[in-house]
Amino acid sequence: MFIINCPYCGERDQTEFSSGGEAHIVRPKQPTELSDDEWAEFLFMRKNIKGIQFERWNHSHGCRKWFNVVRDTSNDKIHAVYKMGEKPPVNK
Amino acid sequence: MSQELRINNNKFIDQTTRLSFKFNGEKLYGYKGDTLASALLANNIHLVGRSFKYHRPRGIMTCGSEEPNAIVQIGNDPSLTDPNVRATEIELYEGLEAFSQNCWPNVKFDIGGINNFLSPLLPAGFYYKTFMWPASFWEKYEFFIRHSAGLGKSPSKPDPDIYDHKYYHCDVLVVGGGISGIMAAKLSAENNNETLLLDDKNTLGGATIYQNNDCFQIDGTHTNYWLEKEIKKIKNIKNLTIKTRTSLAAYHGYNYLLAKENLTDHLSPDERKGKIRQRLWKIRAKKVIIASGSIERPLIFNNNDRPGIMLSSAIKKFIDFYGVKTGKEISLFTNNDSAYETVISLKKSGVNIVSIIDIRDKSSSKIVKEVEKHNIKIYWNHTIVNTEGYRRISFIEIMKLSDDGSGVIGKKIKLKTDCLGISGGWTPMVHLFTQSGGKLKFRSDDNVFLPDKNKTPSDQISIGSCNGDFDIKDIILNSNRDVKTFLGIESSPFDNLKVESSKEEKKKNIWLLPSDKPIGKTKPFLDFQNDSTAKDVKLALREGFKSIEHVKRYTTTGMGTDQGKLSNMHALGIIAETTGTNMGELGTTTFRPPYTPLTFGAIVGRNIGEFFDHIRKTAMHNWHVQNKAKFENVGQWKRAWYYPKNGETMFEAVQRESKAARESVGILDASTLGKIDIQGTDASEFLNRVYTNAWSKLAIGKCRYGLMLNEDGMVYDDGVTTRLGENHYIMTTTTGGAANVLSKLEDYLQTEWPELDVYLTTVTDHFSTISICGPNSKKILSKVIPDLDLSDQSFPHMSFKNSKINGIKCRVMRISFTGEHSYEINIQSNYAKNVWELCMDAGKDYNITPYGTETMHLLRAEKGFIITGQDTDGTMTPSDLQMDWIIGKKKFDFIGKRSLYRSDTIRDDRKQLVGLLTDDPREILEEGAQIVEKLNQKPIEMLGHVTSSYFSPNLNKSIALAVMKSGKKLKGKKFFVPMENKNINVTVTDTVFFDKENKRLNA
Repeated sequence: MFIINCPYCGERDQTEFSSGGEAHIVRPKQPTELSDDEWAEFLFMRKNIKGIQFERWNHSHGCRKWFNVVRDTSNDKIHAVYKMGEKPPVNK
Repeated sequence: MSQELRINNNKFIDQTTRLSFKFNGEKLYGYKGDTLASALLANNIHLVGRSFKYHRPRGIMTCGSEEPNAIVQIGNDPSLTDPNVRATEIELYEGLEAFSQNCWPNVKFDIGGINNFLSPLLPAGFYYKTFMWPASFWEKYEFFIRHSAGLGKSPSKPDPDIYDHKYYHCDVLVVGGGISGIMAAKLSAENNNETLLLDDKNTLGGATIYQNNDCFQIDGTHTNYWLEKEIKKIKNIKNLTIKTRTSLAAYHGYNYLLAKENLTDHLSPDERKGKIRQRLWKIRAKKVIIASGSIERPLIFNNNDRPGIMLSSAIKKFIDFYGVKTGKEISLFTNNDSAYETVISLKKSGVNIVSIIDIRDKSSSKIVKEVEKHNIKIYWNHTIVNTEGYRRISFIEIMKLSDDGSGVIGKKIKLKTDCLGISGGWTPMVHLFTQSGGKLKFRSDDNVFLPDKNKTPSDQISIGSCNGDFDIKDIILNSNRDVKTFLGIESSPFDNLKVESSKEEKKKNIWLLPSDKPIGKTKPFLDFQNDSTAKDVKLALREGFKSIEHVKRYTTTGMGTDQGKLSNMHALGIIAETTGTNMGELGTTTFRPPYTPLTFGAIVGRNIGEFFDHIRKTAMHNWHVQNKAKFENVGQWKRAWYYPKNGETMFEAVQRESKAARESVGILDASTLGKIDIQGTDASEFLNRVYTNAWSKLAIGKCRYGLMLNEDGMVYDDGVTTRLGENHYIMTTTTGGAANVLSKLEDYLQTEWPELDVYLTTVTDHFSTISICGPNSKKILSKVIPDLDLSDQSFPHMSFKNSKINGIKCRVMRISFTGEHSYEINIQSNYAKNVWELCMDAGKDYNITPYGTETMHLLRAEKGFIITGQDTDGTMTPSDLQMDWIIGKKKFDFIGKRSLYRSDTIRDDRKQLVGLLTDDPREILEEGAQIVEKLNQKPIEMLGHVTSSYFSPNLNKSIALAVMKSGKKLKGKKFFVPMENKNINVTVTDTVFFDKENKRLNA
């Protein structure tokens, strides 16, 4: 059970948040121009990394804001937290 | 009563307070301060239980939480009885009643003991191998296996006890109140840290608090005196909180720890009344110091499980702490120096020592020399090859070890003894460390796994014997040094302590001690609770199991309630030896929380009964209660389900309500539907993107039904959205989907379309909704809001008007989920009950009938309207639902659009929504029932299933909705719905059963 430093509210217990899966998957601007395979790539394919992973989190029982988290899935260490639309502060 | 095994020792035991208790019905006495185990031993009772598989007599083996044998059932009250309680941990109280487990008719004569003689037939994996065939016999085997499975009896009635949870934040948490924990707590608290010290015992001080051996001294006094003074001092430090009887259960990431505090288990039943039984502490500590200590290892030799065979350290605690002699003629069997401490303690109390059997060649450490002064026979380089005594050990047989230690030589010596202390070295308690994510390293000198300093999660350290320091000098020196570094402390009162100890010089270890008999004829127990022997482990290896995790599961070694605290290291050692692997490479099995069993009561705390989950009630809830509604749970909401009158069944009530709503007027509390207020200059564009249909051209004051998909094209939610103004909409969602829909919309707004100017606010609780439906609904509404123009021209179907009821603003929509002419009044919730009553009053002359969710479902099914979550299950596209009309094909994009023509979603053999009519109109299908075509086919092909089914009073026949493979093409075709005792003939139809022309909307 980790602690997340919400960029809007500060440090809060993990129970206040919900995870939104892998970050930086951009919804295609013109889905109709994509082949089935390309669309499937966006729709289904997700990494499941042991190690540093870029994730979306939502402070669902707090400010309800979405933001990004860089987390090491092997030990839950959070290396960075940054707002939606911002560049990752560590190399992706 | 005979207490001849008691010595005069009043330090920890209050021998002036006598307590009576019962064990297996026999009335016995002990003293305040005793555990059940020490009180039993003082009454010369060793035999307390039977082992799990062979039902062998077993005795008290340890004095702590690692106890594998002495687990008892406490009490026999059906709501309070507690199974699998360790006799070594439960404190004695007046009136305690305990029973042996796993034996019948009693612990002294147990029928199951026959398994012991059958044991050659019951090797590891016996159940897996034996009950495989014939497969059809499983049901018969199962009865017997279930009957003999499990330990103890669970309570059969609800638990009346109170349990509590507490959140706690501190700078430093110290786990364990032994000598290193006490030092750490003092250093931490005196250096300005809010400190919490936990210990699972009722007395602080660990094993040092009763160590009064001359060989071990601090500043010129016995270690116990020194520690006593320190404990007195720390009790006055103001930012130190000390909790005893509190055991650490789990150590999660980010220093989040769970501990269980026992508050009343040591009190007599009278003293417990009204008190909280256990409290679960949820601790978040900035730093954690683990000082959880170590436990002694047994030795693995033939028949090492007889009552009277105990850990040497336990014998020492029973004599030094509890003042109880565990026997009159005691022998010790060891591979290290610590058994010699026990010998000195016993000697001091005048117990006769028969002999010491030491597998080492010799030892010339201080403590061994001290023992030699007492003229006790020490058999160096010897091992025990067998023991005798069924209900209590009576003899040991010893022989000399061969040079390589793999066999025995010479003559067998038989010695009479009534208690045998065994000592196989020490195992650091690294459970908490590994739970927190720490990795272990192996120290081959004494075969221990230790916390690896380089692989320790940040903000924690392990100190003392759980860190592999077993010598008092090392413990004090290293604990002081490590805590100072960890907390950044310059100097400490422990810097210049003068410590004396006896340094152990020689170590020798043999995991499985040899016997004069071949291994197949011996019983060297590894896991005493689960009855797995060294033989079983070797068998598992021969059968091809290699991973320690597999061997564990196959032999069940370490899978008892003690979780292998005693057995795991030997299992590893034997596997390493047999396979020629290095133990360090083999690794350990995973240590999982909880460290000791937690009660369910402690886990749930106060979240029981009405506090189990949140309950949401509508503003009209009390009216429904007063009018005898039955309620149904929809998410956390309590919704009126139906309103039975004069002893009606549910079926009868729903039939009456459904008829009334179509013939005159019905009224429904629809307040639970989700309501989201949407505002902003891009509100229309936003709706265009989230719904499948077009929204830009919806006029102000109009309503529209919308279907929302997931990005995978599957129907997610639906509801009516109304345009209140140029940039203002109110969206309704399903009751169950409200929170998720809001989250999903917020997600898209914040992450994919941050450029859109749209604001979402949930107003589900703020507005209550009263739905009035039926041909007379207009008459009711005109009475409740007389100045509202209800003409079809001014207020047509799918439109909305602002209005007022008695001066209170409300929104009225003319929308319909039943196909009837109907209205929904939305009003601020605190006025809603009043308006509901106004409507009921206005409808008196028209037999206005309140109806619940069941009637609502029936009415909409007559019209073929879907309920998301009932007729859909996350695999239905709009086209599957025969709702192609709602897809805005010309729209550039909306959520899920691209998925609607993926190769999988355009298959025409997908399951599609259809109507079903039973050939016998009185036959009602069961929801969830399968639909088939060919009854004789094997395996029979399932073509689909029934999703909604009702008896329609308005059509006077049963109707159903179903999903079927290629359903769209099946209209008019006949199928079967096979039930347990009959096959029901059905015909596929259109999904709309009632008023296909929608005439009633404007009736």
